[in-house]
Amino acid sequence: MTTPTRTAVDRRAGATRAPGTGLRRAALYATLVALALVFLTPLVWMVITSLKTYAGAQQIPPTWLPDPVSGYGYEQIVNNSANPVLRWFLNSMLAATLHALLVLVTASMAAYALARMRFRGRGVTFALIVGTLFIPPTSLIIPNFLIVDTLDWIDTLTVVIVPGAASAFGVFFLRQFFLSLPRELEEAAVLDGANQWQIFLRVVLPLSKPALATLAVLSFLTNWNDFLWPIFVLFSPEMLTLPPGLGLLQGAYVTDYPVIMAGAVLASVPVLILFVFAQRHIIQGVSRSGLKG
Amino acid sequence: MADVLEVGAARGDAPPPAAGTARRGASARRTGRLTPYLFLAPYLVLFGVFGLLPILLGVWLSVHQWDFQLPNRPFVGLDNYQELFSSDSAVYGDWWQSVRATAIFTVFSVPLLVVVPLGLALLLNRSFPGRTFFRAIYFAPYVLGVAVIGLLWRFLLDANLGLVNRLLGAVGLPADTPWVTDVPWAWVSLVGVTVWWTSGFNAVIYLAGLQDIPAELYEAAKVDGASAWERFRHVTLPGLRPVLLFVITTTVLASANVFGQSFLITQGAPGTETRTVVWFIVEEGLRDNDAGRAAAMSIVFALMLAVVSIANFRLFRYRED
Repeated sequence: MTTPTRTAVDRRAGATRAPGTGLRRAALYATLVALALVFLTPLVWMVITSLKTYAGAQQIPPTWLPDPVSGYGYEQIVNNSANPVLRWFLNSMLAATLHALLVLVTASMAAYALARMRFRGRGVTFALIVGTLFIPPTSLIIPNFLIVDTLDWIDTLTVVIVPGAASAFGVFFLRQFFLSLPRELEEAAVLDGANQWQIFLRVVLPLSKPALATLAVLSFLTNWNDFLWPIFVLFSPEMLTLPPGLGLLQGAYVTDYPVIMAGAVLASVPVLILFVFAQRHIIQGVSRSGLKG
Repeated sequence: MADVLEVGAARGDAPPPAAGTARRGASARRTGRLTPYLFLAPYLVLFGVFGLLPILLGVWLSVHQWDFQLPNRPFVGLDNYQELFSSDSAVYGDWWQSVRATAIFTVFSVPLLVVVPLGLALLLNRSFPGRTFFRAIYFAPYVLGVAVIGLLWRFLLDANLGLVNRLLGAVGLPADTPWVTDVPWAWVSLVGVTVWWTSGFNAVIYLAGLQDIPAELYEAAKVDGASAWERFRHVTLPGLRPVLLFVITTTVLASANVFGQSFLITQGAPGTETRTVVWFIVEEGLRDNDAGRAAAMSIVFALMLAVVSIANFRLFRYRED
């Protein structure tokens, strides 16, 4: 999946020393591999099943390798007017990308103002934003439904792109990062006659690429995987994103598992690829979101 | 979450360093009065409409009888709340059944989601070749959405065709357990799947905490002749206390908000016994068109979670003293 290179973080002081004897090392790897099997086998089984025929997936006991290897599941979801899975894929891609962009733009601007500017109401604004971190988003679903209904956004992609960008996480996360940047570069830019917009665009944002990438990836993932909100605000088959679409697929194909698993694979591949390439960002984002910043 | 706030508050409120006054003067001259508000405006519009307005609207809805289909939406005072607590109301049974389901799930999943990831983190907190690789594998399920893992486990736990019963049968255990259709198996399934799905997430948070514990403390403990267990008990655990509080608090909240797993894997079965609070609220509000009552439930639910969170903080404060 990834090359087992060690990052600077791994080499840091906290990591305890490697176990001394060969026996202990063997025990460590045996444990690690056993756990890896627990986490991976279900995912491997998903891929295997997606390559079986209907009859192949009904066999008892099940076979580990698909025989024959079949494109049946994928054919079903490609040529499917009742369940346009490829359309859902594109919808998800578009929604998650636009959502991540919207979060980046709005959160970075707001976070910069909160981190670096002094103005009336800053304390109250920040307190309000942070305060909403404590309100479970699920408890706002009913009133939010009423709001998007009034805006006439139901059953459009806008409804899965925009409202989630109100989350306080991005602003909070970037504010913490901006506060950690050295002020000297910004001060030098001020002396050069740059205004706040120029400093923001040419000094602060370029310095913040790692944090922006982390936020973009996390926002994309959250939006791509969102299930609860879209199943209640998207209805038309051609409007769905993948998660509510997969629910529909399960209802339509019940025990036709190759088809259902093919859909699940399609929904997993982009995020797994993203994970492989942006692993550092995702894992740092997760570990930093709560603790450091 | 406490640490998030403390860091934020400490930085926000800290008195500016001596040089700060001069700095402020310099940048203030170049900052138009409106500039901060212009920077904030796009986010604040979103925040106002989808972050703050729903809170107020939720309170307002909860004191009305609000049906999306009907033009007449009369004020009903606290009736929507009262119904949740009076055993002769139509909603009482279903509501408390969903609270019970959520409580069962939370009580069994939280301890596992606190302990299992800690074990993973301790295992990964050594230097050995492949460390990053294994960390990635343990974290991988978490990047998949609940829709994917829900469908996948519905299949794996299928009593006849599922891999789980087949593997159990292969080692001589009963191969006909109704994992998704009967209790207590449905609970075992929901909790087990959630542990499989999200342990990597908590493990990564623990790992960051473990790496913040100074190596000198371990060295000193070793010099003093402390055993591995004693080092864990007297160095690791105290060093992890703020991280533990964060993990417990966020895990309780996440578990209490469970929805997708029971919606997709057990589909509420048997009957509606595994239907959770969040599921019942959206069903009541959006399927059965009783937004007022659903809003009242949301508020009662949010208050319950607040009480649990505060209790958490209290408990840990006491331990610290």
